[in-house]
Formats: sequence, structure tokens, C-alpha cells
Amino acid sequence: MLRFLIRRLLLLIPVVVGVATLTFMLMHMTPGDPARTYLGDRASPQALAALRHQWGLDQPLWRQYLAFMGGLATGNLGQSMFFHDSIVSLLAIRLPPTLLLMAIATLFSILISVPLAVWMALSRGGAVDTAVRSFNSVAQGTPLFFTGAVLIAVFSLKLHWFPVAGYGKTFGEHVVSLILPSIAVALVIIPFLIRGLRGALIDALNSEFVNFAKAKGLSRRAIWTHYALRNAAIPGISILGIQVGYLAGGSLVIENVFAIPGMGTFLMKGILNRDFPVVQASALIFALLVIFVYLLTDIAYGLFDPRVRVK
Amino acid sequence: MTEVMIEKKRAGLMSRIGRTGRRRGNTHLLIGAVIVGLIVLMAICAPLLTRYGPIDQDFTATLQGPSWTHLLGTDNLGRDLWSRILFGARTDLFLATVAVAAPLVIGTAIGALSGYFGGWFDTIIMRIADIVVAFPFYVLVISLVFIMGNGVGSIFAAISIVSWVAYARIVRAETMVLSSTDFVDALKVGGLGSGRIVFRHLVPNVVSQAIVYAMSDIVANIGVIVTLSYFGMGIVPPTPDWGSMMADGQPFFAGGYYGLMVVPAAAVIVTSFGLSLVGDGLANVLRVKR
Repeated sequence: MLRFLIRRLLLLIPVVVGVATLTFMLMHMTPGDPARTYLGDRASPQALAALRHQWGLDQPLWRQYLAFMGGLATGNLGQSMFFHDSIVSLLAIRLPPTLLLMAIATLFSILISVPLAVWMALSRGGAVDTAVRSFNSVAQGTPLFFTGAVLIAVFSLKLHWFPVAGYGKTFGEHVVSLILPSIAVALVIIPFLIRGLRGALIDALNSEFVNFAKAKGLSRRAIWTHYALRNAAIPGISILGIQVGYLAGGSLVIENVFAIPGMGTFLMKGILNRDFPVVQASALIFALLVIFVYLLTDIAYGLFDPRVRVK
Repeated sequence: MTEVMIEKKRAGLMSRIGRTGRRRGNTHLLIGAVIVGLIVLMAICAPLLTRYGPIDQDFTATLQGPSWTHLLGTDNLGRDLWSRILFGARTDLFLATVAVAAPLVIGTAIGALSGYFGGWFDTIIMRIADIVVAFPFYVLVISLVFIMGNGVGSIFAAISIVSWVAYARIVRAETMVLSSTDFVDALKVGGLGSGRIVFRHLVPNVVSQAIVYAMSDIVANIGVIVTLSYFGMGIVPPTPDWGSMMADGQPFFAGGYYGLMVVPAAAVIVTSFGLSLVGDGLANVLRVKR
């Protein structure tokens, strides 16, 4: 297991370097001039030159790249233009709400998907199966911000069960204010998760080892917990892992609908303020988050399925 | 029961499964095609289906409910909702579909070459793919649109930069499987050039996978275009578009004017639903495993 872990970590290095390089290219190699975008069309040439100098844009590209990568390696993501503060310290405040949002959304999607998938696998083609599958098709086409807006209108404005927006002050308030956004984000993942789990469960139930377990006279309960669910858990985890991209993208959208002070609103603020270093750093952190979850998925895979470790 | 009978029975069972699968595929495809066809037709014939222009304001008729003069009512500027939905379909559907074409072609070509040749080219392409997919779709598209500036061109470019990867991966995997078959060996022995083998023989055999994926990709594109416009980063007003319509309508939602936000949302949902049905149907008919 340790060798497996080390190999996984080593494999990550090129991806992390590549991701950092791509974020660097976002700011430095795309058409357009960040300084002009920041200052507007009527900026004087002197002001433009001064800002380019401040951002190091007048340096040769390779030196900018080295400076950027060097900064990353030492944990320095630069200064925010708008907040006049180091981005790392701003991110330290912004990251926890996003992580909590993603965690609660994951929890909701597991709690909803697993029982439904089991039910659907048991009564294939039945009313529940058909209903959930139609619901999935509709949910997949529903824009996330619309789901969020409807949830606010119904549960916050009409029923006053939840706060309309914001994040609260205590941990309890954090959790309460994240419930609606988490449900909205969970609805994005649930269709994928249900589809995958249902398929995996049906495959497992039709397999020879389940037939053998039945022939052996094992109880239904034992077959489900030891054979069907455990085998379906492996594709389940990998689907959940792949969905982290949607989860992160979803929190980008939903944080802005619910005004939650997380990474998503930070990125959007960076865009509104034309704060290039903030946009760059936020995009990078989102990508690193995804890579980190992929790593966790791989590890979970190794734990659940010993065959993976050997490969 | 003899071996032959078992074989026969199994064959009968298999063909029956195949047939019901196909039939379900056909109904899905049919319903989906009807929905999508109707929407496309309405978008094309938009000027014939309404008396009002999508950006004509009428301050004597603001925030009206549905009536015979305004089928779906009007918004706070007195613009006809039905007309805006129709013309919004032109903007969003057109852009979402066009934005699928470039990644489909580029991704398929790159994936086929990568899968056929392997080696360093394949390694580089797949590492680039890993890096691009590490970014959440929305994060990368929104950041790219910000850097390149609002507007149709940026949306198109941003989506293309991100989504060729999925096609390349799908087509590469299929091509690798196919490359090791006798059929490709036969082509090589026949003296055909690599370019001809890849684009005349391999691609036609694997492209159905990519086309099925393209259907769900259009749905994803509609989602991201609408979201960008909702946040004021996408289609520049006054061009009618479903996303900015929802953003404009949201403040009136609490006041009971649900239609301003729900109607464009319904347009997005129905369109996406139709496209998913077409995708499912195509997957069944083309026997593509998803």
C-alpha cells in the first residue's frame, strides 16, 4: 500500500506542474493585455507601463514563468490588486466555506443516491425506476443557478426556513446556510451517481458470484451487504471522484447565487474587479482541489479493491 | 437439453434483448427528435411566429400576464416574453451547437491520431488532456471568457479549448482497440498510407461514440452559455438569450412574476431534455455503450 501511495504521489507531480503552467499561460499568453484590461481603454501609456512593470509583465516570458513557479513553490501566489493583500491569506479565509459546501453536497448526494439506486436495481423497469430516470434527465438539463434561485424563493422567502444568503458566524449557522446550496449542487451530481450505481448494482446482482452466494443459501441481506453493495462501491467511488469537477464548478456557480464567501465568489469578484492575480490563483486552487480529490479516489480505490494496488 | 438447443435459446434471448433495446432507442430518438426539431423550427421561423421584436419595449404594457396580445406576457420593460424566448433559442441553440462542432472535429482527429500512432505524440496529448480536465469545466470556461472578453467569440473559443479533450479521449480509446485488429493490419498490408487508414477507415468506425457524446455536450454547452449570460459575462445585451432573461426576471420572482424566470428556464430544460433523449436514442440505435 505504501509503494502504491508513493507511486501515486510521484505521478501527480507532472500534472501539478502542468496545471500551474496552464494557469500561468492563462494570464500571460492569451491575446489581450492584462494591464489594459485592468486600467481600461483610456489609461495613459505611463500608467500601463508602470502596472506592467509592477506585475513583471515587462520581463521576458521565461523569467516571469520562473518567478511564478518559484512563488508557487514557496507558497506565494502574489498580491491581490483590489484587496491589497497577499492572495494566500485571502484564500485561507475563502477555502473553508467552499470545502464545507462540497462536503455537505457530497453527503447529500450519497444519502439520496444510494437508497434510490438500490430501490431501482431491485425493481427494474418499475414505477420508481422510470420516475427517477425521467427526473434525472430533467435535472441534468436544469441550470444550477435556477435551482438555487427556486430554492431561495421557496424555502427562504416563502417559508423562512433558511437564510436567504450569506454564511452566518458560528459553525451551526454555517451548516444551516449551506443546506440549500448543497442540495442544489447535489442535484447536479445525483443523476450521474444514480445512473452509475444502478448499473453497477445490476451488474453485481447478475454476476456469477452472487448466483453462487444464492446457491450457497446466503441470506438476501448478506448477499446485498457483502457482495452487491461492496462491488458496486468501487465504481461508485470512482464516479464520485470524477464528479468533483462538477462539484467545484457547481460551488463556483452556487456560491454566487447564495452570496457565500468562498472560492467561487472570490473568483467572481476577481473577475468583476479585473483582479488578474486573484482569478489566476483561484483557478489554480480549484484545479489543485480536483487533483487532490482524484488522489483520494485512487487511495480509496486501493483500499476497497486490493487488485488495484498490484497494477 | 442439448448444446444446440441451449445455444438457440441463448441466441433467441439475445436478439430479443437487442430488439427491445433498439425499439426503446427508437422511441427515445423519435420523441427527442420531435422536441428538438420543433424547437429548432421555432427558432428558425421566429419572426413568423410573433408580431413583436425581441427587444421592442412598450412601457404601456409592462409586467403583464399571459394574454392573447402577449402569449406569455411581458417583462418589466414591456418586452414580449414569447418573442424573446423564440429569438433567445436562436442565440443559445445556435451557439451551443456551433461550439460542439469544432471540439468534435479537432478532438476526433487528435484522438484518432493519438490512438493510432501512440508513442510520444500520444503521451504528450494525453498529459495535456489530464491537465485540462483537472480544471473544473465552469472554472476554466469562465476564466477564459474573462481573459478574452465578453461575447460570442470568447464563449466559442473558451468552450473549444476545454471540450476537445473529452472527444480526444473517447476516440483515442476506441481507435486503440480497433488498431490492433486484423482489419487494420489488412489495410497496412494493402499498402495504404497512415493518413488514409486513420481518416478514411478508423474514424468512420469510431465517430459514432463521439457523436453520441456530442449530444450531451450540446446540453453542457447550453448550460454554460446560459450561466455565463446569467452572470453578465456571456451574450451581450440586448441580444435576447435565455440566461440573461433569467437574470433580468429574478428580481421579480419574489413579487409573484414567476414567468419571467421560469419560462426561459423551462425553455432550457425542455431543450436539454430533448437533446438527452436524442443522445440516449442514438446510443441505443448505434449500439454505443455509455
